[in-house]
Amino acid sequence: MSEIYKTDALIAEDIDKYLEIHQHKTMLRFITCGSVDDGKSTLIGRLLYDSKMIFEDQLATLEADSKRVGTQGEGIDFALLVDGLAAEREQGITIDVAYRFFATEKRKFIVADTPGHEQYTRNMVTGASTADLAVILIDARKGVLTQTRRHSYLAHLIGIRNIVLAVNKMDLIGYDQAKYDAIVADYRTFAQSIGITEFTAIPISGLAGDNITTRSANTPWHDGPVLLEHLETVELNQTVEQDKLFRMAVQWVNRPNLDFRGFSGTIATGAVKLGDEVRVLPSGKTSTISRIVTMDGDLEQAVAGQAVTLCLADEIDCSRGQILCAAQNPVEVADQFEATVIWMDEVEMTPGRAYWLKLGPQTVSATVAQPKYQVNVNTMEHLAAKTLDLNAIGVATVTTDRDIPFAPYENSRDLGGFILIDKMTNRTVAAGLIHYSLRRAQNIHWQATDISRDHHAAMKNQKPMVLWMTGLSGSGKSTIANLVEKKLARMNRHTFLLDGDNVRHGLNKDLGFTDADRVENIRRVGEVARLMTDAGLIVITAFISPFRSERDMVRGMMQPGEFIEIFVDTPLEEAEKRDVKGLYAKARSGQLKNFTGIDSPYEAPENPQIRIDTTKISAEEAAELIVSKLIP
Amino acid sequence: MTHTNLTHLQRLEAEAIHIMREVVAQAENPVMLYSVGKDSACMLHLAKKAFYPSPPPFPLLHVDTTWKFKAMYAMREAAARKAGMQLIVHQNPDALRQGINPFDHGSLHTDMWKTEGLKQALDLHGFDAAFGGARRDEEKSRAKERIFSFRTASHRWDPKNQRPELWRNYNAHKAKGESMRVFPLSNWTELDIWQYIHLENIEIVPLYYAAPRPTVERDGMLLMVDDDRFPLREGEEPVMRSVRFRTLGCYPLTGAVESEAKTLPEIIQEMLLTTTSERQGRAIDHDQAASMEKKKQEGYF
Repeated sequence: MSEIYKTDALIAEDIDKYLEIHQHKTMLRFITCGSVDDGKSTLIGRLLYDSKMIFEDQLATLEADSKRVGTQGEGIDFALLVDGLAAEREQGITIDVAYRFFATEKRKFIVADTPGHEQYTRNMVTGASTADLAVILIDARKGVLTQTRRHSYLAHLIGIRNIVLAVNKMDLIGYDQAKYDAIVADYRTFAQSIGITEFTAIPISGLAGDNITTRSANTPWHDGPVLLEHLETVELNQTVEQDKLFRMAVQWVNRPNLDFRGFSGTIATGAVKLGDEVRVLPSGKTSTISRIVTMDGDLEQAVAGQAVTLCLADEIDCSRGQILCAAQNPVEVADQFEATVIWMDEVEMTPGRAYWLKLGPQTVSATVAQPKYQVNVNTMEHLAAKTLDLNAIGVATVTTDRDIPFAPYENSRDLGGFILIDKMTNRTVAAGLIHYSLRRAQNIHWQATDISRDHHAAMKNQKPMVLWMTGLSGSGKSTIANLVEKKLARMNRHTFLLDGDNVRHGLNKDLGFTDADRVENIRRVGEVARLMTDAGLIVITAFISPFRSERDMVRGMMQPGEFIEIFVDTPLEEAEKRDVKGLYAKARSGQLKNFTGIDSPYEAPENPQIRIDTTKISAEEAAELIVSKLIP
Repeated sequence: MTHTNLTHLQRLEAEAIHIMREVVAQAENPVMLYSVGKDSACMLHLAKKAFYPSPPPFPLLHVDTTWKFKAMYAMREAAARKAGMQLIVHQNPDALRQGINPFDHGSLHTDMWKTEGLKQALDLHGFDAAFGGARRDEEKSRAKERIFSFRTASHRWDPKNQRPELWRNYNAHKAKGESMRVFPLSNWTELDIWQYIHLENIEIVPLYYAAPRPTVERDGMLLMVDDDRFPLREGEEPVMRSVRFRTLGCYPLTGAVESEAKTLPEIIQEMLLTTTSERQGRAIDHDQAASMEKKKQEGYF
């Protein structure tokens, strides 16, 4: 009999010894993949039953339920132990991820039970994301099916390296070795084609209990492990993770008082010990580990999977979302990636739309381009696709609105696996796996400089900011901007005026007036304005900047509070009546295309910090108003 | 380097700490539901660890029914004080005024004191994230619940419409008025909790240890006569029995088990050799099939 039953005696005889043993157990998380008819729930029910995780009252309920709604006649329907929510029970299927627990004296197990239908790809991916191992169930009577391929592909994609092929219902094929061998050979051919080089095959019967916890007399030819034995001894991911380079994303800065500043997080990969030199990304600053703090006392060393608080020898800037890593081998930093995207929402993906991208503790704005291809999860074929809908998996370019530190997904699930969140509904709409960065930023580390932006600002005795004037052509932006700059100059403020027309003579002379070019125009101006604020300047800009999303993009580039949106509000009729440069006339006559207000939209600011109604006040009064609001 | 094989309890502890830090970083106004039971004690202990040397940066909230065991009230204030945390106690004023009690009002008692009381307290203080000590092994509908469980502005849980939850990457984005219930102990089992309490020397309410207590047997349950509000039925006479509790709630609704277990290892020993599951001692689950799922949809923790 199995090890499990021996522990019973120990509980009764020597509970302290039992507890001692069980305090040193490790933990394995695994997922079972199979469709309703493959006997998945029965297998899990059997594991719970055989490891004595079922209490008498649960058993009584189970027996009653088995008679009422079970599929095994008078026998116990183990599947009912596992099928959870009331609605699902009535339909006879599980429709979400359920987690089950059992333990032997070697390990605690967490089983993610997910349904196998194609429409539930998102649930399987969810369950697989935390798993060390996948049990792929096959009905021995049916062999390798489309769903077997799909489950294997998904498990492999999500990074599970331990695959168990459980050929179930061996009792129904008379424990026929030849049939079993043929199924395993068939699977091996497929597995190799998708990159699964190793797997462990086991002939089982969930219903009859063959090779689950004990070696079955019905399969004397099977010389591999039985299922539970394999689960108890297989190598854990955490061992592999500890061999990698040190990386920890900062979740929370711990600052109880002025004397203590610690960086709290869960170590993603590798190990860290006192005195190790670490680099903070993306800032690039380095320091050494001065303390590894826990409530149980300081540690000398901590490893992947531990939640700790690290103190650094130097006072350097570091906040939530930044990554502490081995100084000589830091993570990459980039703002564009090739990634596999798994779409999980009923509303299909909109290429180009901004979603929140959450990668560990970092949340940034990101867009996904039209997919390079979509994967047919049943045949692994690459298909052309314009978008991704629910449960679709594709490869696409993902662009973030700022540089983020990351690791390829195959190196770290924590640092390479992201979710996309819809900005309107707040739903988690996709999961993404970063493969590699697409921009050279990966080789251009941020060079930390000794004269900080604070220093630049302090030398000028001012707070840097961007006064962003937006409004229709002819609204008076440039006139007001010029007056504002003159007033600030008289107050000894260091300023610079970026004017829309002037920038198009140089920096942006390669850009036209299509929507895409307008977006790029504003992006470049935003970057220049950001550099100028880093240099401590007060930047005044005068651009039509018609789209709300681009103005928000620029706001996002700046330090919080440094972007001041000023809406120079002149109604179209009024601006057209003034028509200082004669442009409205040209646009009306069709000589000028894509003119804002005529054949290209203007999205007025919803909550500008300052609104100037030019039909009520003069340019001089407007400039006075702006300066008085900024410099009280 | 040599590998450090983290034990299952070390991994569960790290996971709970990670979850708590995510909530504090992402939520504006988090709170920890504190029921004074062993799971709460465990969760509070983990919170101290997660933010050490800072005190946990959120208050404790006890949704009181006025019908808890006296020993629980005694423990409550002391636990908050030791953790350096503020304790908020909420009693549903409607239930108080109407004198809602478990003897006369059946399931209305749980509904008004606990479900409604909790919603009132969360709304009153504007909490947008609430930690709860629920575990997935307790009950079938909980096995499917996310660690970050989204609630509508009216506190409803929609089991069919849960957000996918991948890796340890939790989405706490929500609109104004909506909230999250967060369960850091989701992946713990009852045995894990007991082992952890034993290993970490966590203080728990003495009711968990066997002692002679006045009890009556009613409807197949052993109930403790904790104060003189307990209406004795004809022929009922409190009898001193050596009992302990596996789970703690309102004393008239919580069944005791006869036991001699006076130490944690003895409790664990009894638990492992016993043949009934933990929630069996709670009257609330027996009302109807799938009762917990229904209560949860309505906003019960």
